[in-house]
Amino acid sequence: MIFETTPSQTVGPYFAIGLPFDVGPFAVPEGTPGAIHIAGTIFDGAGVPIPDFLLETWQSDPDGKFADMYGYGGTTEMEGFRGFARYGVEDGDGTFDILTVKPGPLPGLAGATQAPHLDVSVFARGMLHRCVTRIYFADEAEANASDPVLARVPVERRSTLLAEPDPAGGGYRFDIRFQGPHETVFFAV
Amino acid sequence: MTEELQAQPEERQIYDPIGETPTSYLREPEGAHPPLDFPPYKSTSLRHPKQPLMYLPQTITEITGPQLGTILVGETDNDLTVQHAGEPIGERIIVSGRVFDTEGKPLRGTLVEIWQANAAGRYKHRWDRWPAPLDPNFSGAGRCITDDEGRYRFTTIRPGPYPWGNHYNAWRPAHIHFSLLGRAFTQRLVTQMYFPGDQFFPYDPIFNSVRDPKARERMISSFSIHDTVPNWAQAFEWDIYLRGPGATPFEEEH
Repeated sequence: MIFETTPSQTVGPYFAIGLPFDVGPFAVPEGTPGAIHIAGTIFDGAGVPIPDFLLETWQSDPDGKFADMYGYGGTTEMEGFRGFARYGVEDGDGTFDILTVKPGPLPGLAGATQAPHLDVSVFARGMLHRCVTRIYFADEAEANASDPVLARVPVERRSTLLAEPDPAGGGYRFDIRFQGPHETVFFAV
Repeated sequence: MTEELQAQPEERQIYDPIGETPTSYLREPEGAHPPLDFPPYKSTSLRHPKQPLMYLPQTITEITGPQLGTILVGETDNDLTVQHAGEPIGERIIVSGRVFDTEGKPLRGTLVEIWQANAAGRYKHRWDRWPAPLDPNFSGAGRCITDDEGRYRFTTIRPGPYPWGNHYNAWRPAHIHFSLLGRAFTQRLVTQMYFPGDQFFPYDPIFNSVRDPKARERMISSFSIHDTVPNWAQAFEWDIYLRGPGATPFEEEH
């Protein structure tokens, strides 16, 4: 390393001027076969839904291929797959809702296989740096059991990383809690 | 845009002359970024995790990243002074610089998004209600993609400082919000660019949340006579450094 990184600053209260875009919440186009919603609520330390936040997700397609700029790991062949969703709200009820497909299993470290997951960044006023977490799927119990990242998380906190099937919502439900007994696991990347 | 979306995946790949995709990124030292819990900035209190962050090994999910530029950026999106019928009021400025990684390699193809207040310090946002005038000719948002040398360039209006409710008589130094996607999830950065010599630096908890004075300096642009346009615009230059490749310890467990 020769240079130091530029420090992070908060996204502030007015990011809606610049960051959200029309198809942001769609990691896949509407009408994509097998598309699922992942929806949930983000709660602050008092258990109150956060009305203003920006949430971003990044993931592979069902074959474990990314829409990576440089084609790393082999490029997705899925029509219209972006793998990235951005959901921004300035005065909401704390909920987000993205449309995507379930990602595939992925190579992990040292020959391990990772369970299907999404990487998540949360930005908001009052957050001086993004908060990173992962979404896994509760109905992938077998894959989750051998996931090398989940394995590092204390057993009693693993459920905070699991999206629960929500057939009524067309997919899964994943809530994010910043503090309290069910505080979501956040990661240093 | 339509052509880009219809292109085959192979054709959408960008040839990378800079080097191979790094397989791991530098773990930044303590203090490189502000703490998530910083009491002088009051809204951090209920919006930070209480538990320590857990170590996330960098896997393929973390070392890859999206390509949004082709669908998001139009040709004039980097000029915030031509988005309306008339010209915005204020000091016209060029804001430009280069995006590098910490090894000094320029990062091409990076989406840079900005948003800001107008010359009077007012955002075109329904929650910004302090009594400064809105400018009907200024929306305050722009986008561009870095070129092969990692360069970005915006034409805009110098934003004004503005008061906020954090504490009695609190003012934000003038700033432009920046969002950078980088080439990998690890490189995602949202920050703010400040102007040299701002009178509010000593009083602003957000600026001072970066505890290392040298790191704070890295958020301040410099006036650039070289980039000014005679009889047209002043210029400020600001280079941005995102995490570069770095050996990452396989496991921190013992």
